Amino acid sequence: MFTYILRRVLSSIPVLVGILFVTFALARMIPGDPCRAILGEKATDAVCDEFIHRHGLDKPIPVQFGIYLSEISHGDFGDSIRYGKPVTELMIERLPTTLELTIAAMTFSIIIGIPMGIISAVRHNSVVDVVTMLVANTGVSMPVFWLGLMLAYIFALVLKDTPFQLPPSGRLSPGLSPAPFVEVWGWEITSKGLVNAFEFLSNMNIVNAVLTGRMDVLLDALKHILLPAIAVGTIPLALIARMTRSSMLDVLGQDYVRTARAKGLPRSRVVLKHALRNALLPLVTIIGLSLGSFLGGAVLTETIFGLSGVGRILFDAISARDYGIVQSFTVVIAIFFVFINLLVDISYIYLDPRVRLE
Amino acid sequence: MAEVEIKIAKLEAEGLSTGKPVTLWRTAWRRLFRRKSAILGMIILGLLVLVAIFADVLAPYDPYQVLIGVEDVRMRQDPCIHLLGCPEDQPQHLMGTDGNVRDMFSRLLFGARLSLMIGFTTVSFAIVIGTVLGALSGYLGGWVDIVIMRVMDVLLAFPSLLLAIAIVTILGPGIENALLAIGIVSIPAYARVTRASVLTVKQMEFVDASRSLGGGTAYILFGRILPNSLTPLIVQGTLGIATAILDAAALSFLGLGAQPPTPEWGTMLSAERNQVFTAPHLVFYPGLAIMLTVLSFNLLGDGMRDALDPRLAQKGE
Repeated sequence: MFTYILRRVLSSIPVLVGILFVTFALARMIPGDPCRAILGEKATDAVCDEFIHRHGLDKPIPVQFGIYLSEISHGDFGDSIRYGKPVTELMIERLPTTLELTIAAMTFSIIIGIPMGIISAVRHNSVVDVVTMLVANTGVSMPVFWLGLMLAYIFALVLKDTPFQLPPSGRLSPGLSPAPFVEVWGWEITSKGLVNAFEFLSNMNIVNAVLTGRMDVLLDALKHILLPAIAVGTIPLALIARMTRSSMLDVLGQDYVRTARAKGLPRSRVVLKHALRNALLPLVTIIGLSLGSFLGGAVLTETIFGLSGVGRILFDAISARDYGIVQSFTVVIAIFFVFINLLVDISYIYLDPRVRLE
Repeated sequence: MAEVEIKIAKLEAEGLSTGKPVTLWRTAWRRLFRRKSAILGMIILGLLVLVAIFADVLAPYDPYQVLIGVEDVRMRQDPCIHLLGCPEDQPQHLMGTDGNVRDMFSRLLFGARLSLMIGFTTVSFAIVIGTVLGALSGYLGGWVDIVIMRVMDVLLAFPSLLLAIAIVTILGPGIENALLAIGIVSIPAYARVTRASVLTVKQMEFVDASRSLGGGTAYILFGRILPNSLTPLIVQGTLGIATAILDAAALSFLGLGAQPPTPEWGTMLSAERNQVFTAPHLVFYPGLAIMLTVLSFNLLGDGMRDALDPRLAQKGE
């Protein structure tokens, strides 16, 4: 079991180095002079010389890569000229919004997708099955930003003044500005790392509301996140539903399922206990892998719903050609993505006893 | 001679096989046509191809023409359809006019051309490179395999849309760079699929036979093994077109792909996104067009996967 974990951890190291190398190489491919690409066209020669020297851009490429690695391992992503602060600080501000949206979307797609898939598999070829698969196929084919815009239109305008009206933008209603839980609890923290970590946590409104016990804020935050979460979650939902269905169909045809039925167990128990547990294995992998789709969706959807997360900052950085921000956020998200998939692999130890014997 | 033919006809009438070989492709076609969803996909795709080819004939207006001063229309006018009661003296605009007073319907029709072009070029690019890499990796093995597949792992480690965004930000926005970026991020999928099937096929006896007859590596790999590993690639390619079109629309939506005034669906949607509450039709139709196109490739790809699956063939389905 430990060799299994060790092997997985070790095998993700070359991938991590590869990710860092790709983003490093991309930054070096910026056409023209790197200093003016990062500092802007108006940077003077003196400023540029100083900048190039400070970041080691006058050194050989392998040395530059070394400098880049050591900077990133210290959590130093440089400064953003546009925002006038370190990129790390921007991440603490922006990542929580995106993460919160991603988790909400994931919850939505799992809660709806898995039962949809189970029902389709159990009632194979019935009307329910056909309709579910049609909905799933349409779901995978929708552009996420279009779905977001249409949802905003329907729930904010068409359903206006009905109980189903939902806010189309923002994270909280105006006027609500909850204090971070660290302040509420009266903690005094001096360690810089802890301050950042707690700030990151309290920037997730839902987590902060739960920790500070503000029910009104929690409800308001949930209401605001619903539309974007549905928009982001629909494509993965369709994938999850399809995957659950085919995986369940596979398992339901197995001998042990027939045996379980033959010895007189109720159908619901056979489906939910014997079959589902085994069908879940490939699903966990799919959910881990579709995290990329969630994150991509969040990036596209945030601008529509007026959320200032990673998507918003990337959108602005792209228009302003702020390569540093695009590069740093790509690295962080890719590393996060590798980490989650590593966790998925390791979770197999609990999900699949056969892995333990490997 | 005539006797033999009569005999064959008799045998056929009795439902017996006369030994005519049944190829995989023939059975696959037959099974594909038995699936309603695949047929639906083919119909939508067929219509789209027709629209793309005959866009010049079908479109009532020039997609780039600004209609100010030409007709009595306003900016972002609601759809005016004569059959549905729009006054005859008003010019007909099936989907209204956009923010620059151009006919939305004509722009949408021309968008089909671009969208299909995007799908086919990116996937062809990715298939060619991915297949060569995957085939070399699977056939040669050893360090070639390790190096190629590690690089593919790294590319797969990025959420694909983010990597595409990063690439286009560096290369500069524009349709060509967007296509290149989407092509690059989809290479690993094809490389993996090809490698897996080459690994299976290269164990087969006909490959040994070919080698003992003196076939060179390149001939065996590209002339004998690859043609026999095509089926999974075709399925992956069809589904890949769907993803490529979606990703290209996303890049255009972010302003990184096709630039205005090009009639590209993602770009059109992006231009009118702030008008969703005042002129929802300008957002609705381009998105619907993207969805239908992507749906047709998805349905067709799923159908092909089932039709080409040899396990299903043996069950006689």
